Amino acid sequence: MGGDWSAEAHSLFKQHGIGQVAYVPDAGLSGIIKASLADNDIQTVPLTTEEEGIAVAAGAWLGGQKCAVLMQSSGVGNTINMIASLTTTCAFPLFMIVTMRGDYGESNPWQMPMGRAVQPVLEAVGVRCLRADTAEGAAEAIQAGLMMSFHGGEAVAVLIGQKLIGAKAFSAPAAQDAAGFQS
Amino acid sequence: MSKNKLFRRDVVKKLMTVRGDALCISGLGSPTWDLAAVDHRPENFYIWGGMGGAAPTGLGLALAQPDRTVWVLTGDGEQLMGVGSFSTIALQQPKNLAILVLDNEHYGETGMQAAPTGRGTDLAAMAAGAGIKNTMTVRDEAGLDELLSLLKQGRFPLVAVIKIDITTGETVMPPRDGKFVKNTFRSAVLGPDKALHPR
Repeated sequence: MGGDWSAEAHSLFKQHGIGQVAYVPDAGLSGIIKASLADNDIQTVPLTTEEEGIAVAAGAWLGGQKCAVLMQSSGVGNTINMIASLTTTCAFPLFMIVTMRGDYGESNPWQMPMGRAVQPVLEAVGVRCLRADTAEGAAEAIQAGLMMSFHGGEAVAVLIGQKLIGAKAFSAPAAQDAAGFQS
Repeated sequence: MSKNKLFRRDVVKKLMTVRGDALCISGLGSPTWDLAAVDHRPENFYIWGGMGGAAPTGLGLALAQPDRTVWVLTGDGEQLMGVGSFSTIALQQPKNLAILVLDNEHYGETGMQAAPTGRGTDLAAMAAGAGIKNTMTVRDEAGLDELLSLLKQGRFPLVAVIKIDITTGETVMPPRDGKFVKNTFRSAVLGPDKALHPR
């Protein structure tokens, strides 16, 4: 699932000298996370909450390193004050890859509100959003976003749509009861 | 000031005697005023917001600059908001990072409301539980001397919680322009060329 754009993302990280990759895992990010873990030139920083990643990226930049921050769309909700207060105030470059939920084909109602909110909320705190729904589009947006953030000084989020990574199935098998437990 | 508790400004003065060339990140509120009052220099990154972000900012810096020592100077309320970062830091086990929490058991900047740290929450135990190798709680001058010794030895990663009185020092404000503080810090650490012309 999305293997091509993940491999391309890792190769772009190398070209741009990304030294740290901070993340909260998501299924759609597993390819980039695996490639980062296997790469001795990249320090991987698993996070307990996404807002830590915004601060880690700022600290990395203070020390002369580039950090990419990866998260699922729900996690964007956890980052907003840190982006507004730290990233935007100090004009830190920020490069995020956000895999979408509550998006194209979603069947979990609990994901829908944040899915709708991701782009307007990020834009409200000064983050430019580059939306990608195909593998080629994702690679292009990652390349563009890396230039805009670490050279252009912007905060950029590449939003990877569910049309590309697929929607998770939530239908319960017939043998399960209404609460989803095995009967 | 109550008789038995340490005064924060004196604590920070004493800490800074063993700072050497350590880089320092300060958390919002009094820790930022303390650092500006006691040891203002370009290698300070003063945070005025982003509550909960001081420790993970220190982590990103420590990973980017493994040959430099990094100190994070913050308060108990700020650290509680980002308490998960103890786990995040423990996973990396950075050999160059110390988190120094000035714990007055109150939210000082908002009117001295009581914080959980005065009612049973033990930040040093939380750090130890997260897997931070070296943790301690300082309650008096003798404890502070012990902390200075750990800092001099570089026993990192280290989380030290320093119990202090609620009395604050004179408010000394560092520059409030975050872009200026960022560029000043980067120029001092990386040299002006690399700081202003990143590749």
